[in-house]
Amino acid sequence: MAGVTQNHLDQEEIRRRQRSRSRVTALLLAAIVILFFAISIVKIATGQ
Amino acid sequence: MKMSDRMTTTVLTHPAMPAEWRDFLALTKPRVMTLVVFTALCGLLAAPTAIHPVLGFTAILCVTLGAGAAGALNQWYEADIDALMTRTAGRPLPAGRMDRQSALHFAVGLAVFSVVLMGLAINLLAAAILTASILFYVLVYTMWLKPRTPQNIVIGGAAGAFPPLIGWAAATGRIDLLPVLLFALVFLWTPPHFWALSLFVRTDYAKAGVPMLPVVAGPRVTRQWIFLYSVPMAVVAIAPWPLGLTGLFYGVAATVLNALFLILAARVGLSRVVDQAAMTAERALFRYSILYLFLIFSALVADRWWLG
Repeated sequence: MAGVTQNHLDQEEIRRRQRSRSRVTALLLAAIVILFFAISIVKIATGQ
Repeated sequence: MKMSDRMTTTVLTHPAMPAEWRDFLALTKPRVMTLVVFTALCGLLAAPTAIHPVLGFTAILCVTLGAGAAGALNQWYEADIDALMTRTAGRPLPAGRMDRQSALHFAVGLAVFSVVLMGLAINLLAAAILTASILFYVLVYTMWLKPRTPQNIVIGGAAGAFPPLIGWAAATGRIDLLPVLLFALVFLWTPPHFWALSLFVRTDYAKAGVPMLPVVAGPRVTRQWIFLYSVPMAVVAIAPWPLGLTGLFYGVAATVLNALFLILAARVGLSRVVDQAAMTAERALFRYSILYLFLIFSALVADRWWLG
């Protein structure tokens, strides 16, 4: 019974960490998209 | 003891839990990165050619990511040694919070991304120097020199000297005398900075078998070398002024900052303290050396932008 409970807690902790990492990854990807867009605008505007 | 002898199973290959995102951040050595990023920014701002703010931000971001990648690769390679030192035992890999494969994949991905982005968005010269700095830090310093010679920090310190060169190259697309002098300044600053630290943590390095100078040659020789490296460092730091590369403000600031550095280095040179906990001169020099680098690069930028 205790083993089942511990396994359940471990699974919860794994899912929590996965969700946390997914959120951070999504934010970073969004930041990269914005950065690439800004760089493209600057390059076009300066004729490079 | 060879590095291969220390490759035990103290570091996890596949932990039960996925690592937290904070541990990936910790892999990049954020505190060390601050100085790297700052000197790169100063190199970029001190350049005679203006760069668009978005591209300037991108260049500094690439340097940041590249430095983080180099730090992560260093931690991946030295995980077993880090487990033996009090100062580093809490890092993600020796503490078992992350597996080696995840750390390696993260580090290599970050390095490739930083170089490719620098090359595409800025210029190939800055990307090439960034690549060289990452490879130098990982291959030459971490893997080759650090476990073999007490002069490891002398040559390996070049890795930390690249950022102002990268910043200048990002802005101008070329290398001039001033960034070369800045490279030499950081190169010569690195041994006194790290040897001052290693004097009051030398038992940690001794436990891990790392041949830092205080461990191999003893405190007396190390203190002499700290002062000896400080002298050419001061000369190189002040040189831009008489060479006409900077104005009076930088010249005066550099003279004052270096005079204080030499005084503190002389105190270390004359010190005979054996107890690491009582090494006040060494701790004072280490703390000042960090402030010194920030102030001298700040003076360079102030001289260029507001007083030049």
